[in-house]
Amino acid sequence: MPPKKTAAQTRPTGYGAATVTPATAAIWRGVRCNRGKVSSRRCCDQRGTGGGMNTQFWLIQAFNGISYGALLFLVGSGLSLIFGVMRIVNLSHGSYFLLGGYVALSVIWTTGSWALALPVAALAIAVVGLLMERIFLRPLGFDPLRQVLLTVGFAFLFQQAALDIWTGNNFDINPPEALTRSIVIGGLYLPLYRVFMIAMAAAIGLALWLVMEKTRMGAAVRATVDDAQMARGVGIDTSRISMFIFALGAFLAALGGVIGGAFLGIYPGLDFEMLPIAFAVVIIGGMGSLGGAAIGALLVGLADNFGKALFPEVSYFTLYAPMALILAVKPTGLFGRE
Amino acid sequence: MKSQNIKVLSVVVALAAIAIIVPNTNSFVILLMTRALAFSILVMSVDVLLGYTGLPSLGQAAYLGVGAYVTAILATRYQFGLGYDFWIVALLGICFSAALAAVFGLLAIRATGVYFLMITLALGQCAWGLAYRWNSLTGGDNGINLRARPKFGIDLANEVTFFYLVFGFFAVSLLLMYTLVRSPFGRSLMGIRERELRMKILGYNTWLHKYLAFIIAGGFGGLAGVLWAHTAGIVSPENVVLTTSVDALLMAVLGGAGTLVGGVIGAMIVFGLREYLSTLVPWWQYVLGAVYVLTILYLPTGLMGIPQRIRQRRTLMGRRDDMKKIATVTS
Amino acid sequence: MTTTFLRRLGPLLLGGVAALSLAPAANAAEELRIGFVAPTTGIFAQVGKDMVDGFQLYLDDVNSDFGGAKVKFIVEDEQGKPDTAVTRAKKLALQDKVHLLVGGLLASSGYALAPVSTAEKTVYVVPVSAADDLTQRDLAKYPYLIRTGWSSSQPSHPFGQWACDQGYKKIAAIGADYAFGYEVIGGFQRAFEACGGQIIQKIWPPLGTKDFGPYIPTIRQDADAILTLMVGPMSLQFPKQLAASGNKKPVLGGGTSYDEFVLPSMGDEVIGHVSALQYSAALENPKNEAFVKKYRAKFGKVPSYYSETNYTSAQMIHEVIKNNKGNFPGAEEFVKQLAALKLDTIRGPVSIDDMRNPVQNIYIKKVEKKKMFGYDKEELWNSVIKTYPNVTQFGQFNKEEFLKTPVYSRDFPPCKFCN
Repeated sequence: MPPKKTAAQTRPTGYGAATVTPATAAIWRGVRCNRGKVSSRRCCDQRGTGGGMNTQFWLIQAFNGISYGALLFLVGSGLSLIFGVMRIVNLSHGSYFLLGGYVALSVIWTTGSWALALPVAALAIAVVGLLMERIFLRPLGFDPLRQVLLTVGFAFLFQQAALDIWTGNNFDINPPEALTRSIVIGGLYLPLYRVFMIAMAAAIGLALWLVMEKTRMGAAVRATVDDAQMARGVGIDTSRISMFIFALGAFLAALGGVIGGAFLGIYPGLDFEMLPIAFAVVIIGGMGSLGGAAIGALLVGLADNFGKALFPEVSYFTLYAPMALILAVKPTGLFGRE
Repeated sequence: MKSQNIKVLSVVVALAAIAIIVPNTNSFVILLMTRALAFSILVMSVDVLLGYTGLPSLGQAAYLGVGAYVTAILATRYQFGLGYDFWIVALLGICFSAALAAVFGLLAIRATGVYFLMITLALGQCAWGLAYRWNSLTGGDNGINLRARPKFGIDLANEVTFFYLVFGFFAVSLLLMYTLVRSPFGRSLMGIRERELRMKILGYNTWLHKYLAFIIAGGFGGLAGVLWAHTAGIVSPENVVLTTSVDALLMAVLGGAGTLVGGVIGAMIVFGLREYLSTLVPWWQYVLGAVYVLTILYLPTGLMGIPQRIRQRRTLMGRRDDMKKIATVTS
Repeated sequence: MTTTFLRRLGPLLLGGVAALSLAPAANAAEELRIGFVAPTTGIFAQVGKDMVDGFQLYLDDVNSDFGGAKVKFIVEDEQGKPDTAVTRAKKLALQDKVHLLVGGLLASSGYALAPVSTAEKTVYVVPVSAADDLTQRDLAKYPYLIRTGWSSSQPSHPFGQWACDQGYKKIAAIGADYAFGYEVIGGFQRAFEACGGQIIQKIWPPLGTKDFGPYIPTIRQDADAILTLMVGPMSLQFPKQLAASGNKKPVLGGGTSYDEFVLPSMGDEVIGHVSALQYSAALENPKNEAFVKKYRAKFGKVPSYYSETNYTSAQMIHEVIKNNKGNFPGAEEFVKQLAALKLDTIRGPVSIDDMRNPVQNIYIKKVEKKKMFGYDKEELWNSVIKTYPNVTQFGQFNKEEFLKTPVYSRDFPPCKFCN
C-alpha cells in the first residue's frame, strides 16, 4: 500500500528507535539484534513491523494511542475525582466499568437501543456507587486502609454476582451500524468508533471542566479537594460533595464500560484488567486533578500503544515502570497538588 | 508482662497442636495446611510493614514471585536446588527478594499512607508484567513446572515430610519476626508508625528504619516464594497478580494487624474458605467477600482484637454496674 | 447440579470439621468415581461450565450407569489457576480416591495436572488441554495420561496443506503470545512451507489483548492472507478491528478463533473466515444433530467443542468400563484399553494412536450465515467445506523425524521469509 521508497527511506529511523531503547530487552532475552543479522527473531519481528514502519505507521499508531487514551480518560477521571475529594483508593472502580457494560447489555437485549443503554447503565451504576458510599464507606470515617480493603471486598462480591447474573460468556456490545465503518483520510483507515471515543471523551472532559470551574458545586468540590477541613469550616457540606463525587465517579466508569464494551468486549475478569491501567492513568496524571487525568490518559494510551508495537516483550513493564518512577520522584503525580 | 507470657504460651501450644494433628489428617488437608503456612510467612511479612511500621503494601506478591521463580528457574534449567543445595536456593530466594525490595524501597519509602499503597501497587504490577511477558525466562503464561521436590536424606515428595519442612521454616520465621518487632529496632518502627515526626526530632533516621523493615519484609516474602513454588510444583504469573498482594494484605487485616499471629489466623481462614469451602459449595466467593466486608466494617482491629473488645465492653459494663451501686448506696 | 450440590453440602452441615478427615470408604466395585477439574468460578467460569455440562449431558443420557457401574461425578474448581488445579487434583486423588481424573482447561493446567497423575498413579483423561508435548516429547513421563481431545497443532497440519491448495503463497500470522499460539501457528507454518508457501510475518500480541490498534497496522501488505489464532475475548475484537482497518485479505484462523464458544457473539464481519478443528457444531451427521438439539434445548446455546469433547470423553470412558462389565480394570489396564478403542462419535470416527492422542477427522470450516437443523433464525455456523479423514497428531509428517525437532515455539519453526 505505501510507496516502497518511503518505507525504505524511513526504515533506518524506525530501526534506530527500536534497537537503541529496547537493547536491554534483547540482552535480557539473550538475543543480540544487529542490523546485519536478519535471522534472529527480534529482527524478524522488527522487519515484520518494519514493513509498514513509515509516517503512516506512526500516524496510525498515534491515532490508536489517542483513542485508547480517550477511553482511559473516562475511567481515570472518575477514579481521580474520588481520590481527590475523599482520599479513597477505590479498588472497585474496575467493577463499575464491567457492571456498566453488563447493564448496558441487558438494556440492549430488552430494548435493542444502544443509545438508551448508554445513560441507563451509567445512571444505574451511579446509584450503586452512591449506595456503597452512603451505607458502607461513610461510616468508616477517614481511614484509607479500611476503605481500600472494603472496596476490594466489594470488587470480589461484584465479580461473583456478575458471573451469576450474566453468566461468564464473552459478550460484545454492538454499536449502531454507522459507527462500525471507517473513514479514509490520506490512505489511512480511521475506524469511526475510535473517532467517536475521542469525541465522547472530549465532550465529557469539557463538561466536567465547565462544572468544576464555572458552577458553585464545582467550586465547592475544588475547595474540598484543596482542604476538606477548611471547606467544612466555611459551611460547605463535604459529606454531600463526597456522595456526589462518588456517584459521578461510578457514572463515568460505567459510561466507560459501555463505550469500551464495543471495543474490548464484556467478559469476566475485565474488571481487574482495567483497574491497574486506570490507576496508571491517575498516578501519572496526579490524583484529584482533572487535567492531570486527561494528560495521564493520553500518556498511558500512547505509551501502551507504542510500547506494544515496538517492544512487545516488555510492554507491560514500559507502562508500569514510568509510573513507579513518577511516583517516586513526585508522589502526587505530574499534576497533583500536595 | 504476665499476659504476654500467656499469649506466647498459647501460640506455642497452638503450633504444637498443628504439628501433631495435621500430619494425622488426610493428605488434602496436609497439603492445604502446607500451602497456608507457606503463604502465612508472606502475610507476616506484610504485617511487619503494615502493623508495626504503618506501611500498607499492595505489592508484596512481587517478592513471593521472585522467590518462586528463582527456585523454579534454578531447578528446571540448572537442576540446582533438588538436593542439599535446596538450602542455598532458599538463601538465594531470600537474597534476590531482599535485593528487589532494596531497589523498590528506594522508590517507595518516601511515600506514606495512601501514596505508599499506590506506589507499591505500581511496583508490584511491574514485577507481574515481567513474569507475564518475559517469556524466555519465565515461560510467560504457561509458567514453569517443577519436576520434583528436593531430596536430601529425607524425601520431600512425601506430603508429611514436606509439611514438616514448611512448618519448620514457618516457625523459625515467626520467631525471627517476633524477636524483630520486640527488639529496640522494632520499638522504633512502632514509634514511627505512631508519630514519625516525633521520632525524627528524637534523632532517629526514620527513612533508614523504614527502608530496612521494607527489605526484611521482602526477604521473608522471598522465603515464602521458595516454599510456595514447591507446594504445587508450578510457578505462574498467577502467583504475582495484584489479587495475591491484596489477599496477603486482607489476611493480615482480617486476623488483626500488628499481631503477626493474627495474619496467620487470617491466612488459615481464607485458605479454608477458598480451598476447602469451595470444594463444597459454589457460592464460596460470596462468603469470602462478606467476611472481608464485615470484618472491615465491624472488626477494625481484626479477629485478634476480639478479646480486647470484649474486655473493654466488660469493663464498661462493670463500671456502669459500679455506678449503679454507688447510686443506690447514696440514695 | 442441585442434587450434587446438596450431596456435597451434606457433610459440611452434618460432620463439620470431622468431615475433613473422613475419606470415603473403599467400596463396592460398582461405583466409578470420576474427578473432574474445571474452572467453575473466576474468569474462565463459563468455559468450565460448558465442559461440565458436556460431560454431565452424557451421564444423564445413560443415567450415570456405565455398564453396571454407578458413576460418581465429582467436580472441582480449578479457578483458572494452575496451582489450584494441582491441589484440587490431589484432593480428588487422595481424599475422594477417584479412579479417573478428567479435565483441565488451559495448557498450563494440563501440564500441572499430568505430574499429579504420575505421582498418584491415577488415570488422567485430557479432553481439552491441547499442549502438544503432553502426548509427544513428554509422553514417557506421564504413563497414566491419555488424550481424548486434540493436540494444538493437529488441525494445523492439514490446514497448512489446504492453504497451499487454495493457491496462497504468502501468509502473515498473528497469534496469541503463549504456547498454544506457538503450536497452532507453528504447525500451520511447517505444513504450509512444506508445500511451498511462505509465512512472511509473525506477530505475537499478548494473551488477553483486546485493542489490536498497535498490531493491525503492522500486518504486511504483501501477504495473500492473514492467519490468526485468538482465544476467548480476543476472538471477538480482532475480526471487528481488522474489518474496520479496511482489510480485504482472506482470513484463516486456528480453531478457537471461531469456535461456537465465541461465534454467537460475533458480527457479520467474520462471514467467510476459514478455520480448522476436529469438531464443528454444523457437522451434518445424525449424532451431531441430535447432540446439538438436545444441548441447545437444555442449556440455551449451541455446544462448543469444549462441551463436545467432554461428552465424547465420557462416551469413551463408558465404552471401556462397559467392556469390563462395570469394573474398573486398574489404571494401567484402563489406559491400554482406552488406547485400543475405535469409536464412532459425534465428531466422527475416533481412535487413539500409539502416543495416546486421538486420530480423527479434521474439518476445514467456513463461517456462514444460514439456517441449520430446523432452527428458524439465520445464524452464524461453521460450515464444513473439506474433511481430512483420520489425521494423527503428526499429520502428513514422519513421526520419528517430527519428534526429533523441538516443540513449536516463538522461534521454531524459524521465520525464514520474514524479511
